[in-house]
Amino acid sequence: MTRTKLVTISAGFILVACMCASILLLNRVDQLRPQATLEEVLYLPSPKVLRRMSLGYDGLLADIYWTRAVQYFGGHHAVGAMHFQLLAPLLNIATQLDPHLVVAYDFGANFLSPPPPNGAGQPQEAVRLTNFGIENNPNEWLLYYNLGFIYYMELKNYAGAADAFSRGSQIPGAHPFMRILAAQMAEHAGEIETARMLWTATYQNSKDKNIRANAAAHLRALRVDDDVAHLETLVDEFRERTGRIPSSFAELQIPGLNGGTPVDPLGNPYKLTPYGHIEVQHPDDFPFIVNGAPPGYIPPKVPKFLPSD
Amino acid sequence: MPAIEILGLEKTYSVGFWRKRPKRALLPLHLKVEKGEVFGFLGPNGAGKSTTLKLLMGLVFPTSGSAKILDMDLDDPRMKARIGFLPEQPYFYDYLTGQELLNYYAQLSGVPGKERSHRVATMLERVGLKDAANVQLRKFSKGMLQRVGIAQAILHNPEVVFLDEPMSGLDPMGRREVRELMEQLKHEGKTVFFSTHILSDAEALCDRVAVINKGELRGVGAISELTSTVQGKIEIVWRGTAIPAALKNMNAEFFVSGDSVRAILPEQQQEAALETLQRERLHLISLTPLSTSLEEYYLQKVQQASANATQTAAGGRA
Amino acid sequence: MSARIAYIASNTFREAVRDRVLYNLIAFALLMSGAAILVGQVSFGIERLVVVNLGLSAVSLFGIVIAIFIGIGLVSKEIEKRTLYTVLSRPVQRWEFIVGKFFGLAGTLAVNTFLMAIGVFAALLYVSRQFHGTDGWIAVALYFSILQFLMMTALALFFSSFASPLMAAVFAFALFVIGNFSEDLRGFAAMTHGLQRWLATGAAYLLPNFSALNIITSVAHEQPVSSSLIFYNTIYALVYTAMVMAAGVLIFQRRNLK
Repeated sequence: MTRTKLVTISAGFILVACMCASILLLNRVDQLRPQATLEEVLYLPSPKVLRRMSLGYDGLLADIYWTRAVQYFGGHHAVGAMHFQLLAPLLNIATQLDPHLVVAYDFGANFLSPPPPNGAGQPQEAVRLTNFGIENNPNEWLLYYNLGFIYYMELKNYAGAADAFSRGSQIPGAHPFMRILAAQMAEHAGEIETARMLWTATYQNSKDKNIRANAAAHLRALRVDDDVAHLETLVDEFRERTGRIPSSFAELQIPGLNGGTPVDPLGNPYKLTPYGHIEVQHPDDFPFIVNGAPPGYIPPKVPKFLPSD
Repeated sequence: MPAIEILGLEKTYSVGFWRKRPKRALLPLHLKVEKGEVFGFLGPNGAGKSTTLKLLMGLVFPTSGSAKILDMDLDDPRMKARIGFLPEQPYFYDYLTGQELLNYYAQLSGVPGKERSHRVATMLERVGLKDAANVQLRKFSKGMLQRVGIAQAILHNPEVVFLDEPMSGLDPMGRREVRELMEQLKHEGKTVFFSTHILSDAEALCDRVAVINKGELRGVGAISELTSTVQGKIEIVWRGTAIPAALKNMNAEFFVSGDSVRAILPEQQQEAALETLQRERLHLISLTPLSTSLEEYYLQKVQQASANATQTAAGGRA
Repeated sequence: MSARIAYIASNTFREAVRDRVLYNLIAFALLMSGAAILVGQVSFGIERLVVVNLGLSAVSLFGIVIAIFIGIGLVSKEIEKRTLYTVLSRPVQRWEFIVGKFFGLAGTLAVNTFLMAIGVFAALLYVSRQFHGTDGWIAVALYFSILQFLMMTALALFFSSFASPLMAAVFAFALFVIGNFSEDLRGFAAMTHGLQRWLATGAAYLLPNFSALNIITSVAHEQPVSSSLIFYNTIYALVYTAMVMAAGVLIFQRRNLK
């Protein structure tokens, strides 16, 4: 039955060839329409209309827009973009389609407010989104926490932060630290301890791995800042005592180290420069540090998050 | 070169959705049909007749074995141009008129454009559908559909014609017409392979028959041989109710019904019996030689144990 | 190509016409004229937008429905009614039958879409009194719709080559919906890791991609369409159609027609 075989072989060949070709063509087509999402968002009628048009499948559609928001941010973030103008509209659509999509509010609070490249630099949008979330989910204490966080970290509005934390602390099941945070806002505005507490809370309470990685990086940065300040104080004391700069950490006799070398949060020893400065060995590993980077260090465009976080 | 040569064609379907069980629709079949023969394929419903025809037409694929028609493979389009097929209880595109349908089939069979309309018109006339040429098939009666079916099977002047149950569902008139068409095909020298479970049709038309049951070939033979293999008897019928004493001694059977008597007796006593009736002045109605009917042969083959069927088949083929 | 494919295609077209498939044009005409008159009286400044959006969406929807519901019956109906027997016992190979059926329905859809396109442009002329240069992009959108119909017809034929008509309709419709989200699916796949990523990406690429072929909204906003997008979309749609048809032939080639 050679004729049948011939047809089988030809059809099989066409099948495989077309499969490969269609993959290549699809990639080409995708490259040709990079602003597809942009256009779509710009042409979108109001989310209310979209909701009606989704024929009752608004939850599914919300998930799709939520995923698009994450991809949009992730994709632009990875190449060091400085503009994320679609993040807010995408999150708005997702949350209007499904007002109970708490993870989207969480994401928005964490990545809408910080300045680029770590966020969209739109703290007011973040506040608006979070308030919309609180309106629809008054019993989610995490949303109040996020609101307070934005007020404290980005807007430096300590009264607003205190108000948000205290409102959140009254919700049944809220984490006890909400009450402490509310109190500290008034007394210790701008302290490193408060920042540490906030980032720890974020790290412990968020389910999104990007948010957690971001929080972990901030916490490490805070520790480096702390360590460097502390070590440089010891160096200053040593210089006052001896009139020279210590040649090694051993000379400093740091309490608890038994003459050893102090290490950074990733376990690498700190460097002691001939000028008495303390530096981390790999500044790229600590995207948000204030102290401890070598002079003239330019941080990479894209903050480095560690996959282990 | 035989017209049809079947070499161990076999078909096993797997039935059941969850746990597949094999169902043997056709056991290995060996059969040869010569050119110009009218060959009857006999068997009860579900015996495997249609399966065989579908295998030959390439509609289903054999589990094993092979076959050749006009010495060509079953998937050879050149062969397909030289055969015709009428499926069982045919159904056609009912949105077409008779003429359009035949024209479409003529196109598919590769009848050249010039010849096509002439061929279609002749064929419609031949099967008696000239008046229905422009009527959509959805308005056709069962008999008309069957005739269109035969028309499409012989439209392209094929050398071998396969007909699956061509007479089923037809009224007596229709059956006679189909029978006449088949006789015409025989006169034109075409090979006709047809399946049926109506024995009188087969007896009237066939040169040879094969009997199949439960997917197994039970016997093959020429009609003339099959019907003369048993020793002859005669049947005599006369008016009255009297049975002459001389006849009673003749090893005969008698059946009295109304005002006539029917007697069945050995052929060699025909002369003596007739003399007796004349002597007794009884009014003779008929005298018929009795031969074994195809029916007897058929029933015997269908009912016989399947074990020796292969033997018979082998003998029949030789 | 063999003449038999053309014969089968034209018979398929004839069947569609005689089965009153083109009657959908009446519904379409009513919809378009109603919309044109109504929108001319009600809305302010977006008449053109509404007519283009509504017209192109209706063309797409009508075509997809025809492609699916006629497409699934093309083969299964012939098997069920056994009309296929008298075709395949002729010098017609199975692949020729499938390909002929495809072209028959594709031709029906092309004619149908062409007639609908006249309706869209007539309604457009009615509301905006004259044509603009940008109205040419509407023709491109209609052309993309036809490309979608080709892919859908092939998919419907493919499913009907092995599944029951109902299941084939369900599968085909599901693929139509999924195909409109295929970019998102490729995005989802890219977010997974390892072996999963390979499998998910492969599956996502095998699904039809209708989002790039759907430019109704951007055309309604008088956005231009790049010629390279027209080119690559055309090739993609044809290649995808050929791929699905080849798969359908491979299955149908082996199928026992009980």
